[in-house]
Amino acid sequence: MITFEDVTKRYPDGTVAVDHLSLQAPTGAITVLVGPSGCGKTTSLRMINRMIDATSGRILLDDQDVRAIDPPTLRRGIGYVIQQAGLFPHRKIVDNVATVPYLLGWDKKKARARAMELLELVGLDAKLANRYPFQLSGGQQQRVGVARALAADPPVLLMDEPFSAVDPIVRASLQDELLALQSELNKTIVFVTHDIDEAIKLGDVVAVLRVGGHLAQMAAPATLLSEPADDFVREFLGRDRGIRRLSFVPAKGVRLGPLPDDLVVDADGRPLGWRSDGGLLPYGTFNPERDSLRAALDAALLSPNGAAIAADGDGRAVGVVTRDALDDVLIRYAEKSLEHEPEPGERVAADDHGRAEP
Amino acid sequence: MNDEPLIRWDWIARNWDNGGPSAIKTLLESHVAMALLPVVFGLLVALPLGVACARWRWLYQPTAGLMNVIYSLPSLVLFSIFLSVTGLTQTTVIIPLTFFTLAVLIPAVVDGLGAVPDHVRQSAVAMGFRPLRRLLQVELPVAVPVVLGGLRVATVSSISLVSVGALIGQGGLGNLFIDGWQRQFYTPIVVGIVLIAALAVLSDGLLVFAQWLLTPWSRARRGTA
Ligand SMILES: Nc1ncnc2c1ncn2[C@@H]1O[C@H](COP(=O)(O)OP(=O)(O)O)[C@@H](O)[C@H]1O
Ligand SMILES: [Mg+2]
Repeated sequence: MITFEDVTKRYPDGTVAVDHLSLQAPTGAITVLVGPSGCGKTTSLRMINRMIDATSGRILLDDQDVRAIDPPTLRRGIGYVIQQAGLFPHRKIVDNVATVPYLLGWDKKKARARAMELLELVGLDAKLANRYPFQLSGGQQQRVGVARALAADPPVLLMDEPFSAVDPIVRASLQDELLALQSELNKTIVFVTHDIDEAIKLGDVVAVLRVGGHLAQMAAPATLLSEPADDFVREFLGRDRGIRRLSFVPAKGVRLGPLPDDLVVDADGRPLGWRSDGGLLPYGTFNPERDSLRAALDAALLSPNGAAIAADGDGRAVGVVTRDALDDVLIRYAEKSLEHEPEPGERVAADDHGRAEP
Repeated sequence: MNDEPLIRWDWIARNWDNGGPSAIKTLLESHVAMALLPVVFGLLVALPLGVACARWRWLYQPTAGLMNVIYSLPSLVLFSIFLSVTGLTQTTVIIPLTFFTLAVLIPAVVDGLGAVPDHVRQSAVAMGFRPLRRLLQVELPVAVPVVLGGLRVATVSSISLVSVGALIGQGGLGNLFIDGWQRQFYTPIVVGIVLIAALAVLSDGLLVFAQWLLTPWSRARRGTA
């Protein structure tokens, strides 16, 4: 657990970057700090590993004031990933990843073996190990950055807009990989971004900051979407909050109807399309075990007849959700959400999109 | 000397290694020593001074200013200043050349350190490097290409400047110019020019090779990127 207790940072020129910030980043969870540029995210993050010292207030790592720890020692126990990856241009990838183990005095062989493990963990080919950073793509460099931060197995990971500089497709896969990694490693992660969608996708808890380093709201993503604390947060969240919130509702509860006669399937039971006079019509599928209600709705909208096809993990059609059935669920959901907020545990990290087919 | 050929090979053969102080081989050796020692001394002094100037920026302006004043003085003036202290010796040539080298190398070290990308330095800090280790293992290695660039300029200038020492009898191959000029005899002059040029090209080539060996990461940048 990382605790900010009434932390203020005033730079020598008088800029107050962070103003009386109090928050807790729970152990083993991803806490996202999100807010417009210049709102004090980087400053807050760097106060944790003492690259910047707070002007007043305390930051506790578990129960220990970070000010009581010698900065280099503190930093070797905290992974740090930044936007440009910050790799050392003169060191091979394997040695970049082994940086902290070397600093901790591991012998070279052990440090390199560990680095190779990490390259595999972040999905990089072992033959990249002997290349230099400039020989890698931006996405690969970013993975190396993550591997390097994890090399000495620190309990805490700080990430400052790590995926902002890569293109959207690579960014999405890096985000998915981070979630997959996290489900295995359970690090305490503080993740900084200015991208609210990224915050909602990655965060177990999201702290929205406004300029001046004021905490505007801190909540689970679904709560943030349904109950923004004020106009600033509402505006920052942007449009479609209702639809986006469906991402956090599992589709598991929807009532599946039998496969209708006009659904054409192949020999294995995989859907091919809806029968019509002019040939097969397009359809959409979702996986009721894994996907969100948003994916189910999306799949329904992709079929001309408004019915979403439920498919199992192998893509076989197992049932159909008619628009009426979907309406029922949505109405029930709307009523229920008036009574209680979905718990963070209810969230689905799954795909938001129904799969569109021909 | 109208009928004199531009080069008299027999003169070269006789004087290459005639055992005396004016043998071409001896002059070549002293030329190399007088040109390279200032570069070595200069590098040894410029590294700590450059690091200090990069660390405490207020030091840089006065240091660079002083170096530029020295750089702008005609070498002859510098030689005569030291002449009164060190006499007609090689030292009188080596000391001013060391100052010239410093004038090139201190900015090279400062610029090299300045060219270390901020995110690289920041991430070194964040990984937990202490300042000295960060300097030695991250900042200086990343600065090497720029420093070597300065070293190439310093080395080539030093090789050509040594000749001026001929005016006090300590010019290495430069002595050949005086000799040829006084006797209106071209051969020593041509030999001097050719050997000095060859020395410059050779040293520069060696430094380029050293860079190729030392910084595979910047070599590959030009190669495959
Ligand atoms: N070293 C500094 N000196 C003075 N002001 C700074 C310094 N670093 C950041 N700031 C200011 O502090 C505020 C917060 O900066 P920062 O933490 O980098 O914001 P963010 O990461 O959210 O974009 C900004 O107004 C910025 O200009
Ligand atoms: Mg920032």
